[in-house]
Amino acid sequence: MSQQTLVPVLTANWGQEQSWKLGPYQAQGGYEGLRLALKRQPGDIMTEIKDAGLRGRGGAGFPTGMKWSFVPAELSPKYLVVNGDESEPGTCKDIPLLMASPHTLIEGIIIASYAIGVSRAFVYIRGEVLHPIRRVQQAVAEAYEAGYLGADILGSGFSLDITVHAGAGAYICGEETALLNSLEGRRGQPRLRPPFPAVAGLYALPTVINNVESIASVPGIIVRGGDWFAGMGTEKSKGHTIYSLSGHIKNPGQYEAPLSVTFRELFDLAGGMRDGHRLKFFTPGGSSTPILTADQMDVTLDFEGLMAAGSQLGTKAMQIFDETVSVVRTTLRWVEFYQHESCGKCTPCREGTWWLVQLLRRLEAGQGEEGDVDKLLSVVGTVNGQSFCPLASGAAACITSAVTHFRDEFEIGYHTPAWEYLPYEASALFPVKTATRSGEEARHG
Amino acid sequence: MSHHEFESDFRHSGTIDFTDRQSNIDEATIAEMRQLVARYPDPRSALGPILHLIQSVDGRVSARGVELAAELTGATQAQVVGFVTFYTMYHRRPAGKHHVGVCTTALCAVMGGDLILDQVEQKLGIKPGQTTPDGTFSLERLECNAACDFAPVVMVNWEFMDNMTPDKAEQILDELAAGRSVQSTRGATITSWREAERVLAGFPDGRADEGPSVGPASLAGVNLARERGWTADSLAEGSAQ
Repeated sequence: MSQQTLVPVLTANWGQEQSWKLGPYQAQGGYEGLRLALKRQPGDIMTEIKDAGLRGRGGAGFPTGMKWSFVPAELSPKYLVVNGDESEPGTCKDIPLLMASPHTLIEGIIIASYAIGVSRAFVYIRGEVLHPIRRVQQAVAEAYEAGYLGADILGSGFSLDITVHAGAGAYICGEETALLNSLEGRRGQPRLRPPFPAVAGLYALPTVINNVESIASVPGIIVRGGDWFAGMGTEKSKGHTIYSLSGHIKNPGQYEAPLSVTFRELFDLAGGMRDGHRLKFFTPGGSSTPILTADQMDVTLDFEGLMAAGSQLGTKAMQIFDETVSVVRTTLRWVEFYQHESCGKCTPCREGTWWLVQLLRRLEAGQGEEGDVDKLLSVVGTVNGQSFCPLASGAAACITSAVTHFRDEFEIGYHTPAWEYLPYEASALFPVKTATRSGEEARHG
Repeated sequence: MSHHEFESDFRHSGTIDFTDRQSNIDEATIAEMRQLVARYPDPRSALGPILHLIQSVDGRVSARGVELAAELTGATQAQVVGFVTFYTMYHRRPAGKHHVGVCTTALCAVMGGDLILDQVEQKLGIKPGQTTPDGTFSLERLECNAACDFAPVVMVNWEFMDNMTPDKAEQILDELAAGRSVQSTRGATITSWREAERVLAGFPDGRADEGPSVGPASLAGVNLARERGWTADSLAEGSAQ
């Protein structure tokens, strides 16, 4: 038997008959974790999560149990907010989880709320995903009906209410303090910290904010034990997690594996590149994490492994590009994304991303001036780390890493359009009928 | 005639048209707005959902809607407008019956999204941010919609249309224009943008059971694990040996 590379836990019931309904979820042992948890002391649950070594799955990797313990136990009211604003380019793990198994999340929310001492939780889901929102709304209603939510849950004396809240289109609301502002009915702009949300969060009250996948991992830890969870992964990055693979590979999709898996292992399981093509570059954790190239395929996909490789684990979203792809084009499109999604609060980000887009556009069009690449890096220097939140640093990371690996390609932009150097039609997944007119040329007139 | 016509970099930043008094909001809508307010510890939190509800009734954020949203949430009208202009899902001009989004963030763009947008623009005769004269379609240039394993992606009324090509996208537009039934590849049957907005406001439409559990790509890893007999428990057994 070959060595086990994948470990379906959160994804185990995906695809099964009516996996999103309460009945099928319970038939597979769903809400067993909740029953077990309610028989234990809240502090005991928190310790179990700490000992399991669960770290936040939304990008920052902060230890989940520790985050919970920062909220003052005595103060009330306090809140749990689940961050389902999945928007980081490349990231597509929470949306299928919400759609296929919303009860896993709800069970996790109830256990977490019990451990923290919260009686009110919110699930904030980006608004542009109608069907996952429907499924979560229905699952919450089912959970109320079954006595898993509301007053005196399963006769334990513990009570909890959950409100499902749809966002309205803003990447920045994935940043936790921006999310809180959005949930309060304000523009989604990040707040200066301190105070941290654990002290002054939603309505300035103590608040825990966790990613969907972090909370969904909780029931499994309660049922199988923190030791089981900690037995997977590496010394500092423990457990199982969902990796999202997309791009020019044969089988894009979601792959759940221990945090000790390497990129090459997942890449091979996904069938490698599409036929006749080779890997050029990939993001390990969404577009905000520095890109890596084919000679870094053996990197371990944990927090420390990627740090050592000069990147970050981020949201574990691997966007994989082959040799047909212009790195100038992808970098521009990512930076256009950051420019559009900059909330406008901090000047370096609001103005800097705008200037970066101007420079990248002329490099893409082959109209760059000698020295533009250095100018690009110089502007990056005024943007990187100069704002309240890491949005601009994401833009900086994708530019700096792209220039580090592919400086020549940017310099070609002094005289040749990117679409002439690497014809864009070759990157599309389908045959292109009008080979003379790419969308990019149309954009440039 | 001037040769220096000003073209704004922020074409969609026009504010609410307060001279346009047309609105379908009635007592029943206002009662629903109050229901939304009651769901939160602070009325202001209901602002986002109320605006989704307004769009479902008025097809845009109407002047009447802004006034009511301010009154019910305790925000000023300026704060409500500031909220509306911040978030991309709120429309200040009427959206189409069907709101179509084509993802053109890096990955979708290179895998074909740019070409799809190109063809959709030509087909509909409009640019992103515009609505067809007959009000059937509005078009948006989308940013990453968390479906990268199904790239290139198109959204119709915020339902997934996975693994698109220019021709498939055009066919969907034809079907919708003809009033025929179109099924999301990973969701429910397409209804209308307004009905979608009502669900987003927080009023379920009872269609959660439509469509598949997830899409095929979501199952890539699970299926491999099943074939090879890898489970959550077999890993622990393996390492214990």
